[in-house]
Amino acid sequence: MTQPPDQRTDARSQTVPTDEQARVEAAAARTGAGIAALRDHPALAPVLRNLGLLVVLALLCVVGTSTSPNFLTVDNFRNILVSSSVIGVVTVGMTFVIIGGGIDLSVGALVALSSVWASTVASQSHGAAVMILCAVLVGTGAGIVNGVLIAYGRLVPFIATLAMMVSARGLAAKMADNKTQIVTVQQINDIALKEYAGIPLLAIIFGAVVLAGWLVLNRTTFGRRTFALGGSSEATRLAGININVHTVLLYALSGACCGIAAVMLLARTTTGSSTHGELYELDAIAAVIIGGTLLTGGRGTLVGSILGVFVFTTITNIFILNNLATSVQNITKGVIIVAAVLVQTRATSRHVST
Amino acid sequence: MAALMDNLGRRRLLTGAGAAGATAFLAACTSNAESSAPAAGGQTTAVATDNAPGKPITIGFSAPEADHGWIGAITSNAKSQAGKYSEVTLDAVEGTNDVNQQISQVETLIDKKVDAIVLLPFDGKALTETGLKAQLAGIPVVNLDRVFADPRAARTWIGGDNYGMGAAAGTYIADQMKSKGISEPVIAEIQGIANLPLTQERSQGFADALGEAGFKVTNQVSAEFTVESGQQVTADLLQAAPHIDALWNHDDDQGVGVMAAINQAGRDEFIMVGGAGSSNMMKLIKSDNSVIKATVTYPPSMASSAINLARLIANGRGMSDLVEPDVPASITLSSATVTKANVDQYLPLAFPS
Repeated sequence: MTQPPDQRTDARSQTVPTDEQARVEAAAARTGAGIAALRDHPALAPVLRNLGLLVVLALLCVVGTSTSPNFLTVDNFRNILVSSSVIGVVTVGMTFVIIGGGIDLSVGALVALSSVWASTVASQSHGAAVMILCAVLVGTGAGIVNGVLIAYGRLVPFIATLAMMVSARGLAAKMADNKTQIVTVQQINDIALKEYAGIPLLAIIFGAVVLAGWLVLNRTTFGRRTFALGGSSEATRLAGININVHTVLLYALSGACCGIAAVMLLARTTTGSSTHGELYELDAIAAVIIGGTLLTGGRGTLVGSILGVFVFTTITNIFILNNLATSVQNITKGVIIVAAVLVQTRATSRHVST
Repeated sequence: MAALMDNLGRRRLLTGAGAAGATAFLAACTSNAESSAPAAGGQTTAVATDNAPGKPITIGFSAPEADHGWIGAITSNAKSQAGKYSEVTLDAVEGTNDVNQQISQVETLIDKKVDAIVLLPFDGKALTETGLKAQLAGIPVVNLDRVFADPRAARTWIGGDNYGMGAAAGTYIADQMKSKGISEPVIAEIQGIANLPLTQERSQGFADALGEAGFKVTNQVSAEFTVESGQQVTADLLQAAPHIDALWNHDDDQGVGVMAAINQAGRDEFIMVGGAGSSNMMKLIKSDNSVIKATVTYPPSMASSAINLARLIANGRGMSDLVEPDVPASITLSSATVTKANVDQYLPLAFPS
């Protein structure tokens, strides 16, 4: 958007064409070389793309270290890592959806619904394995509904997932009868207590989901199709890919991530509640966008999104360490979002023009 | 080709069977049947003469949506209290957080010419005109907890004492610190939603009571009354303060998350005081094997009392233990400090979070 007109066509071929004319042209250009070209990013691209965020993160660490003696400690870094883990897992799914040209507003509500469904008396009576299975199935199932509504029902992703957001939270509230459901299954609560080699289990789960997500996004056909779908759905369709099925899979993936996040949250809060996951959709979208993924799809990195999550968690951490009010924290968060995106666009546009 | 088709067919079948199985499995996991704890509160507080049957009356009731434990208890207490009087009919409208809708619901009650209205407004200021309208129509209004802007809008007000709640927590903590001989204690405070007047009143009471003992709040964070936010801010708070002597958490609903974070960090060097008085926290206080040693109440049993007041007013009676023939214009409940010593007395009034 900030690029001068002479760069527009260049940028266009990598992003989503807005009007029908450009769409047809891009489709013709892309069916052949377009998809293949996406694989040949220069090796420096990931670093350049995330430069802004790395700078912001480094600055935050300097600020944290100089303002609080409790910042630069192993315990605190473990704390930041664990605090990032639940929203981090949700952000992995969100990154796929946004790169694929969609948006998922229902993630917070799906976390709530999965947490409630998995912690009902009936679910808890079957033990930890069933609770985990239940949470993941509920998340995935709701994600499939999102995907089907969008792919086959031709609903705009914004509307379909907005509807899911409202109704899933409503269902969660109804199921829990507006109560907080206490988790009494110790194996679930243990997930938040266990450590392996000094690394909390929650952080390990987070790491595993990120690694799996990175491999799927960057090393598989599924990942390449996701970039292609977000770049131009028409071109992708003409390339012989069933874009409807792929869309459903993307939202199912996001839903599954919500299910996993719900299990982690069950452990962390020792409860299931319809108030869980509030505003996760905004936190996840903000992390993805400051991570350098285009809101229009087709381009983005998972590493950037995760760095985005760390930026937000670190800000909150520093503010609480320094005993500052929430209001000040929110103002600063907003400023940092804008600053990070500005640095990011500059780094990226320089990369595009070279 | 045939083999491929066959293979595809089998895959479809398996997927179908898997989906059907998953659906059946999930359906089996929806039940919460065993957890239906009996509604808390609803004690009959009035003495025998107040309880004598009166004329048949209808009491209208309106409150915000029961989206958390405390408001849930308010609504169920009002219903169960009204059920105790055979001559009282309760006309309870559906709870809502939409001020517009609550106004029209109360107007419906006015049109129905109920004998009295018990009203917990979502926003006291926004419902003032409606309360006034009911009063002018000759229907006495019992204003529950959130105060109207104009005292004429209600016949009587009954509610909790947020300042007193903070003061009670501060007094308890100051006493504990003194008896332990800690001269400069690290005292942390976990607020609810920071910008609400009730939160500021609570914090003021807490600071004032601590101030009298020469102490102050060293770390203050705010959560959002939800379990998750309670867990999040507490995890960071425990990092900020490697050693804490006392902790006050404003709200027991978010307290479940606060306790989870404390247990996960393996911290037990401090005492914790809760707020509002949920049954979870009272049970923990009773078992006395965690950091939580007390909670200061903000009792939802006020809804039961409000029904009693509405009934007395509609029957033209006063409170028989007072000399005055009329019900007083305002009743502020005291915030009790519940500890292991007196928890059995308060447990029946506690609400499930």
